[in-house]
Amino acid sequence: ECTDFHQHIQLLPYLAVKSSLCVTRLYSRPFIESFEETPMLVAVLTYMGYGILTIFGYLRDFLRHWKIERCHIAREREVQKDFVPLYQDFENFYTRNLYMRIRDNWNRPICSVPGAKMDLMERASHDYNWTFEYTGRVVQDVINLGSYNYLGFAENTGPCADSAAEVTMKYGVGVASTRQETGNLDRHEEMEKLVAKFLGVESAMAFGMGFATNSMNIPALAGKGCLILSDELNHASLVLGARLSGSIIRVFKHNNMQSLEKLLREAIVHGQPRTHRPWKKILIVVEGIYSMEGSIVHLPEVIALKKHYRAYLYLDEAHSIGALGPRGRGVVDYFGLDPCDVDVMMGTFTKSFGAAGGYIAGKRLIEYLRSHSHSAVYATSMSPPVVEQIITSMKCIMGEDGTAIGRERVRQLAENTVYFRKRLREMGFIIYGNNDSPVIPMMLYMPAKIGAFGREMLKRNIGVVVVGFPATPIIESRARFCISAAHTKDMLNRALSVISEVGDLLQLKYSRHRIQPSLARPFDDNVYEDIDD
Amino acid sequence: MASGQQWVLVEMVQAFYEAPAYHLILEGILILWIIRLLFSKTYKLHETYKLTEKEKEDLIEEWQPEPLVPPVSKDHPSLNYDIVTGPPSHKIIINGKECTNFASFNFLGLLDNERVKQKALASLKKYGVGTCGPRGFYGTFDVHLELESRLARFMKTEEAIIYSYGFATIASAIPAYSKRGDIIFVDEAACFSIQKGLQASRSFIKYFKHNDMEDLERLLKEQELEDQRNPRKARVTRKFIVVEGLYINTADICPLPELVELKYKYKVRIFLEESLSFGVLGEHGRGVTEHYGVNIDDIDLISANMENAVASIGGFCCGRSFVIDHQRLSGQGYCFSASLPPMLAAAAIEALNIMEEDPDIFAVLRKKCKHVYKALQGTPGLKLVGVPFAPALHLQLERSSGSRDSDMQLLRSLVDYCLEGQVALTLARYLEKEERFLPPPSIRVVVTIEQTEEDIQKLVSCIQEAVSANLK
Repeated sequence: ECTDFHQHIQLLPYLAVKSSLCVTRLYSRPFIESFEETPMLVAVLTYMGYGILTIFGYLRDFLRHWKIERCHIAREREVQKDFVPLYQDFENFYTRNLYMRIRDNWNRPICSVPGAKMDLMERASHDYNWTFEYTGRVVQDVINLGSYNYLGFAENTGPCADSAAEVTMKYGVGVASTRQETGNLDRHEEMEKLVAKFLGVESAMAFGMGFATNSMNIPALAGKGCLILSDELNHASLVLGARLSGSIIRVFKHNNMQSLEKLLREAIVHGQPRTHRPWKKILIVVEGIYSMEGSIVHLPEVIALKKHYRAYLYLDEAHSIGALGPRGRGVVDYFGLDPCDVDVMMGTFTKSFGAAGGYIAGKRLIEYLRSHSHSAVYATSMSPPVVEQIITSMKCIMGEDGTAIGRERVRQLAENTVYFRKRLREMGFIIYGNNDSPVIPMMLYMPAKIGAFGREMLKRNIGVVVVGFPATPIIESRARFCISAAHTKDMLNRALSVISEVGDLLQLKYSRHRIQPSLARPFDDNVYEDIDD
Repeated sequence: MASGQQWVLVEMVQAFYEAPAYHLILEGILILWIIRLLFSKTYKLHETYKLTEKEKEDLIEEWQPEPLVPPVSKDHPSLNYDIVTGPPSHKIIINGKECTNFASFNFLGLLDNERVKQKALASLKKYGVGTCGPRGFYGTFDVHLELESRLARFMKTEEAIIYSYGFATIASAIPAYSKRGDIIFVDEAACFSIQKGLQASRSFIKYFKHNDMEDLERLLKEQELEDQRNPRKARVTRKFIVVEGLYINTADICPLPELVELKYKYKVRIFLEESLSFGVLGEHGRGVTEHYGVNIDDIDLISANMENAVASIGGFCCGRSFVIDHQRLSGQGYCFSASLPPMLAAAAIEALNIMEEDPDIFAVLRKKCKHVYKALQGTPGLKLVGVPFAPALHLQLERSSGSRDSDMQLLRSLVDYCLEGQVALTLARYLEKEERFLPPPSIRVVVTIEQTEEDIQKLVSCIQEAVSANLK
């Protein structure tokens, strides 16, 4: 039957026998997640839709091959025609025949700050999305529900922008050397100390790109003879880093602690495959918030497991740093846990800090990374204005700049999130994920609705992100809303009314649980009491 | 009809009674055997021995993992970074001392250029700092599109694509085209980002000796014989050659015309990595293709980073649309990562403007490179590695002491002596355990357009003093 809202209390069978640790005590606050099951009729219609599109795809390929239809696809050079083809035809079938039809929903160019409202450049296509032309007009004040701007630091005015401007004029924009050679500026060291203080750990190290942080540092931490236990829905950078490390990778079901425990026990008891030597180390790789599902990792249980089985935990807080927790310190703060329990804390500065880059923080870990990380030796260090933006925004969130702006923004984000989710659920849409996650996936399912939703929302001046295969399972395409602290109540209400209108037009209100709209209760401020730093 | 069905049933029961006994018994035994097989446990080779729960708990208790990272001694040579206060431009303040910069890859002196800074500032005031999203989700700004079209126009190719991190450019481009089962021929002196791209692609890698075209031809011939033996497999195996324009590890140039000949003879595609040669070689700074006069369409993909001559951050790939457009959906560093901050893209555009307006700077840079090369040529105790027009040269020890650590320490003492003498140099850094063909320890000498005669004189005299003081 459908999974309803339920408290996520799993009794870990082995741990419960071993010690009388009751799992409910690990969670200090209600943890409500829901992933409503796909209605059967919708699933059938979605498969049918993809089937029809595939048949048409074959038909169009046939017509293009026999030159009945004009072919827009770029071609290989004449002189290289007898080389082995660079792409196999079937590799690009999906791109040619399905993605091309709705391509105008992605890569939309903007020409303003990616804040709560943005200006889009208008594009038109006269050949069904094969090529785009810019009409020269700008669509102004489009409500931005797509950018990762959780705390609203994407702004071009204010203290962050002013200090970044100062640093640009003083230091310039580039660095032209690596950290180990002459690229280590004093600003980098200051930023790293600040990041360590923010997270509550011993030391931290920053890198120029979040993706590269994972793909270059996981190989430094795990190698041959190690085991990496990775969640099913981990980000591509984590998967690439795990592959490049050369360790054995085993995947456990998404957020499923029993699956993880089973893998841990099996691994330790049986050792490495075939030789049965004991593993050198076991690294559990999870994310704070999974951006495609909107779910939050069950961190208390993972930490309990990790302590019991002596594994190491790598936590990727790309989306959750700054966005969760009463003080904005991420998922560790959200659950009220000790940051020293997480061995490797990784995160990015792109989402909540309005800058670019990533960091890794931990205890007794950073000296090793300073000398053995690929990025420190071969990659150019971070640009000075970006570093300055990180320093200023982090100080703002911590309250060290003397204002309460940071705390206010964290509170505003939490309020916006709860409100938006509640209203969407009341309207009857299927929303995935945790009640507190600012990433809100709304299910669309059918391929035609992906394109239709994106376009209809843009017509009404709201920019949303839609995702389909291969980022999601084939029938579970969705629209993903990212709430920001910069969104005002009016913007959210307008967005909600438009979403409801489009939802009625496209028949997107699939949910079979109708919630009665609760009486307008003010946001419960007691949840986020004043906590002294 | 019901009666018809009943009638068939009666026939069946009758047949049952009329069957011979042995037949019924045999059938009964077979049915029982089938039922037994259905319900018996599947036989797994793995678990022929079953551990009891207690044994499992004991194993879990006993297992001790290694520490997450091995301890690093406090005086590990790569642990203590030199701290630079202030901009790393022509005059750089390292560890509190102001020196002339011979260590940052600031070839065209654009790190400190006022125009570039003003443009970056204007962009900051318009867009803020970060882009808050990948290219697919409202992270494409008009500056990115402009930079891509300017780069394509500058390099005279059809299309260009931008990455937000120089290291990730070639490391994402190679796996986008070359998959498991394909073959890549790569030079031994390829830089680390190429090696990571090769590792991510899971293809067969064949190394040929550095700049040795005969060795490459031998490998290609061997592959051709393989192909003739198995033509069906050969029809779907893609083959690539990956080379660098100016090698960062050995500071010399690849023989591009011979490579293009080999390309058409053996039907392999060429990927060219031009991080060091973009904005340096060629009459207009277009790189190694312009230097040799090779038609740019003969090279399938040119990849470069914008962190050297262009003095910004990030990287780009350029080539024909047929090749480049593929990366927009399958380049991992492009699709799954936030886009380049717009102020850095604006700085790169302004740098391109400067390069286009004043092509004489490339000739000036090349003259200075030759000058430095000649000046450092005869240093006693050290040998100069590189070609005369390379802007980043290596100074290696003429006689190695046998141990890499002591060589590094000796070179470090030379660098420290030069820092005291107000000349900033740096050791070339490598990850010793990860590099496939580890280059010998060396000092990196970088030539920039802002260095004057006196600066070069000072460099030479400083190095000579350092050598006579430290090398016995």
